[in-house]
Amino acid sequence: MSTRLAKGGRLVNRGRKVQFSFNGKNLSGFEGDTLASALLANDQMMVGRSFKYHRPRGVVAAGAEEPNGLVNLGEGNQLEPNQRVTTTELFDGLSCTSQNHWPSLEFDIGAVNTYLSRFLPAGFYYKMFMYPRAFWKHVYEPFIRQSAGLGRAPDAHARDQDTYEYFHIHADVLVIGGGVAGLQAALTAGRAGLRVVLMEQTAAWGGRAVVDGGTIAGKPAQDFVDAAISELQGMPNVHLRLRCMGAGVYDHGYVLGYERVNDHAPKQAGPRHRLWKVRTAQVISATGAIERPLSFAGNDIPGVMLAGAVRDYVVNFGVSIGDRTVVVTNNDDAYRTAIVLKEQGLSVPAIIDARASGGGALADQARALGIRVENGRAIAKVKGGRRVTGVAICAQAGEGAVLEEIACDAVAMSGGWSPVVHLWSHCGGKLVWDAPKAMFRPNPDAPPTGADGQGFVICAGAANGAFDLAEVMRDAAQAGAQAARAAGASNASDAAPEADSVVEAPLEPVWLMPQGANIKLRMKSWLDFQNDVKVADVQLAAREGFESVEHAKRYTTLGMATDQGKLSNINGLAILSDALGQPIPQTGTTTFRPPYTPISMGAIAGEARGKIFQPIRRTPMHAWHEAQGAYFEPVGQWRRPYCYPRSGETHGQAVSREIRQVRNSVGMLDASTLGKLVVKGPDAGRFLDMMYTNMMSNLAVGKCRYGLMCSENGFLMDDGVVARIDEDTWLCHTTTGGADRIHAHMEDWLQCEWWDWNVYVTNVTEQLAQIAVVGPNARKVLEKLGGMDVSKEALPFMQWADGQLDGIAVRIYRISFSGELSYEIAVDAGQGQALWDKLQAAGAEFGVMPYGTEALHVLRAEKGFIMIGDETDGTVIPQDLNLHWAISKKKTDFLGKRAQERSHMADPNRWRLVGLETLDGSVLPDGAYAVADGHNANGQRNMQGRVTSTYYSPTLDRGIAMGLVLHGPERMGEVIDFPGTDGKVYKARIVDPVFFDKDGEKQNV
Amino acid sequence: MLTLHCPYCGVHADETELASGGEAHLKRFGPGASDEEFEGYLFMRENPKGVHFERWRHAYGCGKWFLAARCTNTLEVFGTYPAQTTEPPQHVRDAISAKRPGWKWREFS
Repeated sequence: MSTRLAKGGRLVNRGRKVQFSFNGKNLSGFEGDTLASALLANDQMMVGRSFKYHRPRGVVAAGAEEPNGLVNLGEGNQLEPNQRVTTTELFDGLSCTSQNHWPSLEFDIGAVNTYLSRFLPAGFYYKMFMYPRAFWKHVYEPFIRQSAGLGRAPDAHARDQDTYEYFHIHADVLVIGGGVAGLQAALTAGRAGLRVVLMEQTAAWGGRAVVDGGTIAGKPAQDFVDAAISELQGMPNVHLRLRCMGAGVYDHGYVLGYERVNDHAPKQAGPRHRLWKVRTAQVISATGAIERPLSFAGNDIPGVMLAGAVRDYVVNFGVSIGDRTVVVTNNDDAYRTAIVLKEQGLSVPAIIDARASGGGALADQARALGIRVENGRAIAKVKGGRRVTGVAICAQAGEGAVLEEIACDAVAMSGGWSPVVHLWSHCGGKLVWDAPKAMFRPNPDAPPTGADGQGFVICAGAANGAFDLAEVMRDAAQAGAQAARAAGASNASDAAPEADSVVEAPLEPVWLMPQGANIKLRMKSWLDFQNDVKVADVQLAAREGFESVEHAKRYTTLGMATDQGKLSNINGLAILSDALGQPIPQTGTTTFRPPYTPISMGAIAGEARGKIFQPIRRTPMHAWHEAQGAYFEPVGQWRRPYCYPRSGETHGQAVSREIRQVRNSVGMLDASTLGKLVVKGPDAGRFLDMMYTNMMSNLAVGKCRYGLMCSENGFLMDDGVVARIDEDTWLCHTTTGGADRIHAHMEDWLQCEWWDWNVYVTNVTEQLAQIAVVGPNARKVLEKLGGMDVSKEALPFMQWADGQLDGIAVRIYRISFSGELSYEIAVDAGQGQALWDKLQAAGAEFGVMPYGTEALHVLRAEKGFIMIGDETDGTVIPQDLNLHWAISKKKTDFLGKRAQERSHMADPNRWRLVGLETLDGSVLPDGAYAVADGHNANGQRNMQGRVTSTYYSPTLDRGIAMGLVLHGPERMGEVIDFPGTDGKVYKARIVDPVFFDKDGEKQNV
Repeated sequence: MLTLHCPYCGVHADETELASGGEAHLKRFGPGASDEEFEGYLFMRENPKGVHFERWRHAYGCGKWFLAARCTNTLEVFGTYPAQTTEPPQHVRDAISAKRPGWKWREFS
């Protein structure tokens, strides 16, 4: 059983107990424990069930590579699935549950799958669920949904109570990894005076060297670490960060860091996670290496653990995995585990070394401690179910004939080490296969390159394939100096402290144990613990033709999900290479993609959530609308009142009331959101003639003209009224959503095509409030305020005038989007509310009321006015909308002119705008299509038109609509069918789109 | 995430400050142009793996359009320059030649 040793544990504070719970069981650990070490200290070897076969699984690693120890952490609003126990620091009150089992971890029904494993091979899901087709929806999918997934999703109504934030920083050298290599590289770059940031993903500096022993500059590694931290802390140009993982390296020196600020102390104030957005000249990846498991039968039984992890738990946390540990290895490093265990007084019944020639100096040391060492041997299988009870030993060279059984309660395995090359690879760094060490390591000649074409990532220490401590220190100092020079420091020194060097016997690649293992053993030899992929599965995938490593990955699920193959990658592709009969470098690796380990969605969102997810634009009168109880709708980033419902009114009733008031007396609209662009300069007229389809240069000062704007493709993109202010100034109104887009469009043409024209464009949308006073009594309201002549004679339709209304400076445009007598009054934004109040007071005797965007829409539709975005969708040209009158024939050129000459644009069969009236007066469904006789090649009904706008008109007390119909204007009076999604067929007559006041008498008074 | 130097305001701008505008150095064809000319102007674009010329706007900065010469494969930036030119300036072409001898893009080399 696993237990806490009487002494030891460099990271735990035995003076402070910490209470936590696992599956409702109350347990205790020490301050400094990870959840993994605390569970193991309580003999909780089994922490979850595997994904597919629901096999019992225990902790196998001690760091970010852990595939099995995933738990649901927290509850309710704080619940998070798939949290790794090895990277979760213990805190008081921590509560977690294990995953992927039912009804309980100890007794799980799904475990029956393990007996069915012969019938659940690689690609099972792809093969099984194809037929019969109808089974997918009713049988397979519900079943898969119920049994799929590892962790539990939070409740749908749960809301994350924590806060998150971003941190932006620029650096010269960013060092990722706070082991001795990272520290040395940071020292070298820091001493050269550069801005250095050093990130370490765990809560402690020092990495592996402080666990593995060895001396640096004649002192224990820990002394070097302490001295380095103290020196770095004294440098104002160096920034140190613990619990901060280098998550991803991106183009041009952009790096994301993921800082878990208070995961270990949830009650502490401040954000939970912080996303670091770093721009750096150089990145040093000192991310260490990850140990590989060995593939032997039963290597997934709880108690089988990576040799380095067994050592970590003893040295860092004072936790032993078992009293009797068998070590199995193909390299010298695992001997360190045996030696550490022996020195702790624990039993190591045997070291099983797959190499016939055995180990080097460390092996001699182990033998000297009295440990039995067996060379050329292998584990045939591990005995036990929910935990290890023993191992059967065989010859590595054979097929698994058992020579001997050894009782034990833990197995420490080591298949060698793989450099963590993720960050190097994220942005295109290439790898090279190092055959003697059987690993991929960074190819220094093919680094990821930055804006200048030069490499900007350098790997240091174990991440660079340097495992010997002396070599690590030299490599790190060199990396630091190289990065410092690349970042502009000429004074960087490559000097490295002297360190121990241990002569190790070479590793021997062992991808399967024993090398000739039969199919029964191969079906129990796990490659990927998290996704339940075995040696036999990868071999099957190769036989079935999945030769590309990327295909084999997806077919078998090897290296997918949360661990992304940190443990399984190399072993898996070695097996694949062997099955394909090709060398490993030819098979290659799957793509390394950021983030290195999963990061929280909260950190990615940062503070952009809730109210500040997107900024909201408010008009100067917004608060007044709110006070009136307006119902708002989003229009771009604006919020505009849709209608102003009174108590007891539905929205529909409110809209009808507002429309009747406008038609019969007077209403007011907040039109401030309309885009307002000032175009000014000697060439402004010429420029606007290019922008609009109609002529603007000949517009007289003081007059207004409705204009259309097309893209160079010929499609209608915006419309609005243009006013000529003076000889070289025009004011262009755009749609609410179009202001920024049209401004950018104008700038584009001015800067990039006609850059010699003297024109300035300024967006003054937010400088002005605009109020439309609309209805037969509109003039009376303005006259009551007084200050300027607004008579028909002084200010006729389609003209504008400057003046004052009751002491407020205004510009009044006599333009109308409703067909009524209408004044649009522009005023400085700061005066908007004051003028609004005066108009409300003056209009009281006429029953003035505000109206919203829906009333605006209905009013314009009653008049047959088009709306950009309703009648247009990016494929509609002005000619489709019968707007030929607004397309200049005199002008030799304007944007879209040439495009509209293309054959398809001139096609007489283009659908064109008409009005539509249902025969029974009902409202046509929005977006409905008109069907024609016959069917198309896909067996669908032919179409001959569609509805673009449809409303109930309170003025006419019936449904009105506009639509685009084949040969529409030539088919007046014809009745066509619009099948609705409700199963009904709506019959509508083609009519003139102007439904109300066809001669425009009401607006021109 | 790219960074590009804005030749107007001098800022080394992050990609989030920029808006891309497609291929640079297009010659506009208007009324009177043949169908082929107009098609070429409106639709035909280079899609190189390597040297490319693009339009960018410092949209959340000074608002100016500028042009960039860069490698679509490695994302190396050879130079940025004002938009008020119909062809890549000589110093930019020289910079590309130094890094990618023998490069060709449309009629330029």
